[in-house]
Amino acid sequence: MSGELLELTAAAAGERVRAGELDPHELFEAYRERAAADDLGAFTWVADAPPATVPGDRPLAGVPLAVKDLFCTEGVPSQAGSRILEGYRPPYTATVVAKLADAGAPLLGKTNQDEFAMGSSNENSGFGPVLNPWDRGRVPGGSSGGSAAAVAAGLAPWAIGTDTGGSIRQPAALCGIVGLKPTYGACSRYGMIAFASSLDQAGPLTRDVTDAALLLRHMVGHDPCDSTSVEFPGEIATPRAEHLRGMRLGVPEELTAAGAGVEPGVRDSFEATLALAEELGAVVQQCRLPHAAHGLSAYYLIAPAEASANLARFDGVRYGLRADGDADLITMYSRTRAAGFGAEVKRRIMLGTYALSSGYYEAYYGSAQKVRTKISQDFNAAFEQFDFIVTPTSPWTAFELGAKTDDPLAMYLNDFCTVPMPLAGIPAISIPSGLANGLPVGFQLAGPAFSESRLLDAAYALEQAIGFDGRPARR
Amino acid sequence: MSIGAYEPVIGLEIHVQLRTQTKMFCGCPLSFGDPPNVHTCSVCLGLPGSLPVVNARAVHFGVMIGLALGSEIAERSLFHRKNYFYPDLPKGYQISQYDVPLCRGGRLGEVRIHRVHLEEDAAKLNHLGESGRIHGSDRSWVDFNRGGTPLVEIVTEPDIRSAEQAREWLTLLRTTLKTLGVSDVDMSQGSLRCDANVSVRPAGSAELGTKTELKNMNSFRFLERGVKAEIERQVRLLESGEPVVQETLHFDPASARLTPLRSKEEAHDYRYFPEPDLVPLVVTAEMRAAAGAEIPELPAERAGRFERELGLSADRARDFARRAELGDYFERALAEAGGPVAGDGAKGADGAPRAVDPVELANWIPQLVERIGSETDPADSKVAPRSLATLAAMVKAKEVSRDAARDVLTRLVQEGGDPRAVVEREGLGALGGEDQLVDVVDRAIASDPAAAEQVRAGNMKAIGPLVGYVMRETKGRADGKEVARLIRERVGAKS
Repeated sequence: MSGELLELTAAAAGERVRAGELDPHELFEAYRERAAADDLGAFTWVADAPPATVPGDRPLAGVPLAVKDLFCTEGVPSQAGSRILEGYRPPYTATVVAKLADAGAPLLGKTNQDEFAMGSSNENSGFGPVLNPWDRGRVPGGSSGGSAAAVAAGLAPWAIGTDTGGSIRQPAALCGIVGLKPTYGACSRYGMIAFASSLDQAGPLTRDVTDAALLLRHMVGHDPCDSTSVEFPGEIATPRAEHLRGMRLGVPEELTAAGAGVEPGVRDSFEATLALAEELGAVVQQCRLPHAAHGLSAYYLIAPAEASANLARFDGVRYGLRADGDADLITMYSRTRAAGFGAEVKRRIMLGTYALSSGYYEAYYGSAQKVRTKISQDFNAAFEQFDFIVTPTSPWTAFELGAKTDDPLAMYLNDFCTVPMPLAGIPAISIPSGLANGLPVGFQLAGPAFSESRLLDAAYALEQAIGFDGRPARR
Repeated sequence: MSIGAYEPVIGLEIHVQLRTQTKMFCGCPLSFGDPPNVHTCSVCLGLPGSLPVVNARAVHFGVMIGLALGSEIAERSLFHRKNYFYPDLPKGYQISQYDVPLCRGGRLGEVRIHRVHLEEDAAKLNHLGESGRIHGSDRSWVDFNRGGTPLVEIVTEPDIRSAEQAREWLTLLRTTLKTLGVSDVDMSQGSLRCDANVSVRPAGSAELGTKTELKNMNSFRFLERGVKAEIERQVRLLESGEPVVQETLHFDPASARLTPLRSKEEAHDYRYFPEPDLVPLVVTAEMRAAAGAEIPELPAERAGRFERELGLSADRARDFARRAELGDYFERALAEAGGPVAGDGAKGADGAPRAVDPVELANWIPQLVERIGSETDPADSKVAPRSLATLAAMVKAKEVSRDAARDVLTRLVQEGGDPRAVVEREGLGALGGEDQLVDVVDRAIASDPAAAEQVRAGNMKAIGPLVGYVMRETKGRADGKEVARLIRERVGAKS
């Protein structure tokens, strides 16, 4: 029974609950057992019992939810993958998690991630790496690697993560699932332990496009606690499109050209998907995003700059780790932060601090903001001619653990195709487009701000045509 | 050393805690004197994941202040993060405004305003140990009740030229803010805090000298003393050929000494950048209008009205407006005065004669202040506004002499009560008319024939001893002018 149960998509499981064919407690318990037996390092915390009542009568029908560690959950460890927050249990719950719980998705567990969402392989977690269920010698991507691996391995029916430069889409691609980064402001950031405030967005990681739409529907909306959140125009529709007739897809030269470093297997899958899109009636054409290739440089100034301030609060004074309580103040600060932060976090704090320093601000942070504006204008111009921009999600399939840990720049190139969208604040989705050498490949579609319903529709039509039914070998 | 050869140049930076219901970026109530850390939440404690939301009322107050100071209100201003590590700053940055503040420019009295911006207050640190400062203390506690209190920072142009003027002007600003009702403006409670930038330059020079920043002058008196001490210190340095070093100085009220802050507390690169958790602050025409509609009569307007409508001298009008408690007392006394009496041109707005001559009444207020001390609000004294008005009216009507009235006021300050009753009880009523005075005047003339002769010859300076004799004899109840007239008449003075 439980084996079959775990094969269901979240939407299908919810249907059964609503039809009275499935006890939501049983569903929760099946997943709880599975998550508790996790040997991928995907979870950092798993509920020890189902909640008193599993709300089977709500829209999300009691289908349990895996939540990235950096979402604050009241009384439950919320460590953002960092030793500096080891054992930290917040006194409140993030808006998005609370909304989903209200809609009927109870908390199954917290998932592993790169420390403070800084990473593309999940190897930067203070609590150990996450293994890719397709090949345990490989990374699941990051930073939402725990959420992606948990969903791909069937340890959770669905999950939420956060995307700053690709942290939902890239692990979704590397794990063969669907990941969507919403329009900036669509979902409240309240209770998300911040990496880069002007880029961070919560979004779903799911087994298929339908699940992504269902979860997103209950995540969006203005939150009085987040001034940057807005009321989402209209409801996220259930995707139903069967073709792409009349759709114009733009393939940006700058992100897909030979120099962009896209692996042959990924390129083949991408081109096959474009051909499929044409068969579905879409017009596929090359387009220009002249400044997109500079996205990575701008991103690695803006995100660290904001992070350097966002992470200043971890100072050992009020919560989390405090090293040498008897030392003088400055010593206590430096020892706490030296002991609590990992190497990548320190690197980015230093990078960001430097970029904001007096005398360098204009050259670095200032210039990066100008590039950001240009990229946004590029997308606006492109969307006058195209409905969606499409790229491979990641230039590569899942790589081996440790393969890029000594080369931060190579690691950063993971985000080459995913970084321009958050810089422009626009939504983008990654869907599995097939396998290359037995590893999943992701196909990315990006649309104008608040085009999520249309984006999901297009992704759904492609998903049906691709017919990806790949599942990692289960134990 | 000659201070006169140098011109001090002073600018002030004033922090004002706004009297809103809640904090700048969260819903915690403002508090004073509550047990530590009872008014805190995830936002003002800087817990991971929390986000700020701007307090609309604080913006409203900020706009009111800007309008009152004649500033240009930005339709769109920005919040920035000011980054530095300190235990009283839970996020590791203060949300403040930087290059696009809420208000720019303006003027209050003789001093131009540079800018006005909104920010959040830090928490309060309590240091255990002798120094009372973080260095050298054994333990420090943080009380986050104050953390996140809305602040307005007002920065002046360097238009102030003396320590006295700094104090005077800050008094005017305090009154203006108090009148607006946006703050408690209590320096001893920290709801009004003032730092001063001080430099000196050779008199007549247009170039600015090197400035120092003075902090922690937590009373009007300390501000004046601190600035004065710093001017003197800088002049001494320059006189002995030493340069003034740009530094921040901490004023110690106990010793009245200025000591440099440690460089570690000072050497900041604040790495300002736009606060990504907040959207730009937009002030709409409606918000401006709503703020404007709530601005009451301000000290400058009030002074003008006192001068124009009540005939007070410019100095007195300004004094009453700057020290609003005097103006308030004056206006209350005027309003509560009894039936109409003749006054010189002292007509009310409707043209009807006033119960009391405003100029006469105004003259009595400094007398009252002299007796109760300048730190006391006259409204808190035993002298009811109505009593002072009655006394002024009695003087004007010559029911009591000016000298006697001063004694009556002294008694009122001590005991309170009705001036008429005091006059009657003490027998201080004026000796009116010739009948009562002529005998004593004649005795005065007889007592000093030489003086009487000089007065007769037209030397009016000689009349003093004769008038003095009469005043002594009548215990001040006689009217000086009337006495002088009678003396001249009785000696047959040449007019």
